[in-house]
Amino acid sequence: MSAIIAIIRRDLLLAMRRKSEVLTALFFFIIVVSLFPLGIGPESALLRKIAPGVIWVAALLATMLGLARLFAPDHADGTLEQMVLSPTPLGLLVTGKIVAHWITTGLPLVLLAPVLGIQFDLDTGALGILVLALLLGTPLLSLIGAIGAALTLGVRGGGVLLSLLVLPLYVPALIFGAGAVESHISGLGAGGHLSLLAALLALAVFFAPWATTAALRIALE
Amino acid sequence: MLTATGLSCVRGERRLFAGLDLAVGPGEWLHVQGENGAGKTSLLRILATLSPPAEGEVRWQGEPVEVLAEDYRRAMLFLGHHGAVKEELTPLENLTLAAQLDGFELDEATALQALVRFGLRGREDLAVRFLSAGQKRRVLLARLAVRKAALWILDEPFTALDVKAVAMLSGLIEEHLAAGGMAILTSHQSMPLPNGRVLKI
Repeated sequence: MSAIIAIIRRDLLLAMRRKSEVLTALFFFIIVVSLFPLGIGPESALLRKIAPGVIWVAALLATMLGLARLFAPDHADGTLEQMVLSPTPLGLLVTGKIVAHWITTGLPLVLLAPVLGIQFDLDTGALGILVLALLLGTPLLSLIGAIGAALTLGVRGGGVLLSLLVLPLYVPALIFGAGAVESHISGLGAGGHLSLLAALLALAVFFAPWATTAALRIALE
Repeated sequence: MLTATGLSCVRGERRLFAGLDLAVGPGEWLHVQGENGAGKTSLLRILATLSPPAEGEVRWQGEPVEVLAEDYRRAMLFLGHHGAVKEELTPLENLTLAAQLDGFELDEATALQALVRFGLRGREDLAVRFLSAGQKRRVLLARLAVRKAALWILDEPFTALDVKAVAMLSGLIEEHLAAGGMAILTSHQSMPLPNGRVLKI
């Protein structure tokens, strides 16, 4: 257990020392989301309608930005080898890295979303659902992304391949995440969408670290 | 005691070595020699369980290493070409984190003592990227000093080290062997250490 906490602490410390990487993704998210109300103009009905989709698509792309760097630095400097050789199972260490990735990229998006949502004239209830959906959805993005990052590790031009691999897998999160806010606005209630999102998250928590570990072992051989 | 029988390694279409046997007992060390590209690093990675051999098996205390898994990994320390040293972290943070990854807690006093021993006094709070290549390797040597492992597998440990650091490392390996440890290393230098054997590939 202490090794997992050590990995999370180390990755957070590294993120603190390389602030630009984390801030780039964050500013990308803020700017992309803020450009839509500016471009479309003050039509609140239209803005309310597109808000969930825009915020979710921006969240997907912002998560993608740092994904290629999830394992690449560790692979380049030999840390990954030492992780494989650690007495702690690699799957647990990988889980630690995914948790750290979520804290540095997913969590800031969740916290910023309600502020950005105000630009789209969303009411308090819709903002609450948006935050809840992102809270369930962003860990899912980190988990699925980690599989892609591990599979494309050490591949030339891996960045493009990574987007091609991961973005289709993000589609369910996008549909249920954006759908939750939309169905709340239309009065249907967001329960169904949120449950499905939670089910996907439970499934990914179980399978993604395992798949990522297998992919990392292949990359190291 | 580490034994390997009938090891062979295939990279792509090429067979690097085949039918390789080796044994290292307590207090002994093995010097793996060979030309560039002969498969020295590949052999070390097989012994460290980082990649599986094409044929043959590696045994630790008589048991296959795949069966021992984490018990073997706890008893073994592998240092590759890349030192697993994070550029953004300080030598002290690097040492503590490597120890936690290896599954033991390292108190600050011991870590500092090891860094001072390898001439990194006053550098312990400086990010590693400000250190020279040789000083980076010295951070790794400090890791050797604090980690308790019966078997050291070192790939080119003398790279980028100055004369003084080479002497320090030789001293460290000698201490390790005297305490009943084992070491397998590759190096293009000759090493005046006791109980050594040479394996040519």
